[in-house]
Amino acid sequence: MRVKMLVTSLALLAAGVAEPVMSAPPVTSLRGMLDIDAPAKVPELKRYQKDGEPIERNYVDQPPLIPHRIDGYQIDLKFNKCMSCHSWKHYKQYGATKISRTHFIDRNGKELANVAPRRYFCTQCHVPQADAKPLVENTFKPVEALGGE
Amino acid sequence: MNERKGCESGGVLCRLWHALRSPDPRHTLGGILGVGFIAGIIFWGGFNTAMEATNTEVFCISCHEMRDNVYQEYRNTIHYANRTGVRATCPDCHVPKDWVHKVVRKIKASNELLHKIMGSIDTREKFEAKRLELARHVWKTMKETDSRECRNCHNYDYMDFTYQGRRAVKQHSEGLTQGKTCIDCHKGIAHELPAMADVDPAAVTGLAGKAPRVGSNEK
Repeated sequence: MRVKMLVTSLALLAAGVAEPVMSAPPVTSLRGMLDIDAPAKVPELKRYQKDGEPIERNYVDQPPLIPHRIDGYQIDLKFNKCMSCHSWKHYKQYGATKISRTHFIDRNGKELANVAPRRYFCTQCHVPQADAKPLVENTFKPVEALGGE
Repeated sequence: MNERKGCESGGVLCRLWHALRSPDPRHTLGGILGVGFIAGIIFWGGFNTAMEATNTEVFCISCHEMRDNVYQEYRNTIHYANRTGVRATCPDCHVPKDWVHKVVRKIKASNELLHKIMGSIDTREKFEAKRLELARHVWKTMKETDSRECRNCHNYDYMDFTYQGRRAVKQHSEGLTQGKTCIDCHKGIAHELPAMADVDPAAVTGLAGKAPRVGSNEK
């Protein structure tokens, strides 16, 4: 059995060497048709919206988008920069949207006095916006109940 | 000898004191003044040059405590690299510009030398353990001096709010009327913040207890 498989694969290999598939398009790497030594073309940095009004949601339970830049925001075990404005303690003073109450519930359904660890890292769901061209065409429209047509 | 009166026992300090108190018969007044003037320039210039040499980023990060901790964090911030290339280096924020305050700060820095010798923060762990205390020292000083070092560059009088984002306009206008100082809000702009559970309990995670009460402002 094993010998037969070996013979078959050798035969296939030989056929491949002898008769390469001519119709296949040339292979391009993700770097483009560049020499191996040449530096890859660096994509332009996206410019994030500096500051703006809150952005409407497109569907129910969409994590609200961040309408401002968040460059250099510290979000780690020691401190969460977002919370210095969006926490219940500070949101009024800074005119910010306050963090949803659902974020205080841990995975066991227990309510905590503070943001639950699983909801603590804001940028896992909430993202700032740049004027970027969509990678693929998208015809998504919000439902009427959320202001769609 | 007249000037050695009272120094028969021959104490070194006593003889020096009398030599300084008696007129010099061999040199002219002009010569003494001239030598004194030139020596003064050399000593004063040397002193200031040495002091300015300690006021450079290279000097600051010649200690691994600064180079491996705060400097690495500062390199990710806008005061290190930005679109125009204007920089604020360590002493721009941490050493006062005007002479009297600068010398006072330099004298206080002798305490930092002591802790360098004692190795108080000579590992990352020791530094992290002390970070909150050290940060609080800087915040306290900034508060007391009304953020003097910030204002060497950032002057409220010339700050055009119309060019700022809508959040910044609001905060700066309110801060101005409430008499706030820069460091009240702008903590951790050049270095990572310490564990802030004590400073702002709302900005950390994982405290077990009761969730905020559902009030009338609940959405």
